[in-house]
Amino acid sequence: MFDTDPSRLPARPGVGYKPRHYADILADPGAVGWLEVHAENYMGDGGRPLAQLRALADHFPISVHGVGLSIGGEGPLDSDHLARLQRLCDWLNPASFSEHLAWSSHGDAFLNDLLPLPYTKGTLTRVADHIDQVQDALGRRMLLENPSSYLAFADSTWSETDFLAELTRRTGCGLLLDVNNVFVSATNLGLSPQAYIDAFPVHAVGEIHLGGHDEDADETGAPLLIDSHGRAVADPVWTLLDRTLARTGPMPILIEWDNDVPDWPVLAAEAARARAALHRIPA
Amino acid sequence: MTAQYHFAAALLQPDRAVPRGLVNPDGAPATKRFDVYRNNVAVSLSEALETAFPVTRRLVGDEFFRAMAGLFLRAHPPRSPLMMVYGAELPGFIDGFAPAASLPYLSDIARLEQALRDSYHAADAPRFDPGSLSALSPGQLETLHLSAAPATRLVRSAHPILGIWSANSGGAAPMSGPQSVLITRPGFDPAPHLLTEAQADIAAALFAGATLAEAADDDATLTATLGMLFSTGALTQRTTP
Repeated sequence: MFDTDPSRLPARPGVGYKPRHYADILADPGAVGWLEVHAENYMGDGGRPLAQLRALADHFPISVHGVGLSIGGEGPLDSDHLARLQRLCDWLNPASFSEHLAWSSHGDAFLNDLLPLPYTKGTLTRVADHIDQVQDALGRRMLLENPSSYLAFADSTWSETDFLAELTRRTGCGLLLDVNNVFVSATNLGLSPQAYIDAFPVHAVGEIHLGGHDEDADETGAPLLIDSHGRAVADPVWTLLDRTLARTGPMPILIEWDNDVPDWPVLAAEAARARAALHRIPA
Repeated sequence: MTAQYHFAAALLQPDRAVPRGLVNPDGAPATKRFDVYRNNVAVSLSEALETAFPVTRRLVGDEFFRAMAGLFLRAHPPRSPLMMVYGAELPGFIDGFAPAASLPYLSDIARLEQALRDSYHAADAPRFDPGSLSALSPGQLETLHLSAAPATRLVRSAHPILGIWSANSGGAAPMSGPQSVLITRPGFDPAPHLLTEAQADIAAALFAGATLAEAADDDATLTATLGMLFSTGALTQRTTP
């Protein structure tokens, strides 16, 4: 069954689980050390999704990754949704729970995207309160993921890395460092991705994400990268991963591929590339 | 109004100005960059509908479906972060959608697809054991209440919806008359079954809580209906008397 402790994510490659890969994963269990699922896809009452997840959890540590809690929202957290997360975590006892520094609901509308927020004293207090509420409800420490940004807020008074560092200090939460998001945001906002990694509060990192992005340009011709999760991880992101791992040490690394999902060997090859990066970490 | 109110409103209304304070790296107002978020919202919701209603989409074509989805998602943005429930109002929306009026069965096809999706995510439940009936007296049988499994659905239409649905999803079913479709999920895959109108009347009554005696006065039809409900796994053991 397990060659690692199911209660924590191992410092090995994992992949975002897609049902089409179910048989491939069970036939090739050495390819990945753990799996991540989107919480919202496993909030039905029963049927195949929950049965498959239960079966996978017998073989792999599972990371539950929420995409709908709207932690950065102006309004209160959706208590129904928080209760659903609690139920899922109680049922599955996953190795990790993570969510995003973003908002996705306003009023009673859910917008199905990870939307940006300005980094100010006010948003810091609000996000910290929401993280406290989540950690209290779930009875566990959560990881918060850095977003991919397409634009900036004139109102922001904090850098993203300082904002995240202060959130971990106030709430005790950990961080999920998405290295592709760093590259996308830095390129889009005219910042240095290397400087971002160098400033990141790495002591709090519990997981790393990698995914593919698309290349576009804005109306001025400036590069505009889109966090599409629809292709292989770009070479400069792999290079940035090496710089990241040199600071964090060995970490669980997730390959996210959510659109135009490839056949299993393609995804397994991305996982193998992440394994090679883990082996390259300087002593 | 708050910053996120303006942001959310502009996301769903493409002709609305980009909210103030959103900027490019050079400090100029973000326009195309804001459109990335607009596009993410519209495309992801439209794709959720395409996934949930594949036959509805096939019947009208991709272009029509996307245009309809674009109007629907602005009139009915999701109320829940669960995409598995998004689009429950689409059949009703289609009923009032004039450009689809030439396909009077379209909304019922969407209802059938909605029911199939509901069934897929419904709770697991132990299958009813017809053998348990042999222990009952005739009087007990008459007052018996049967329970539909959580994954069981009944969709009734004035149109041959199972015929149309099957022809567009690689199967075959009769293509005439009003049709009533029983959906059951004995394992993990919902399966549609065609009922006669008399069987559907009885099934609907039983699912609504009628006793066997209340549900039917014709024993032959009742027997045929029960046989259908037993063999398709439509019923679950009652946990309370």
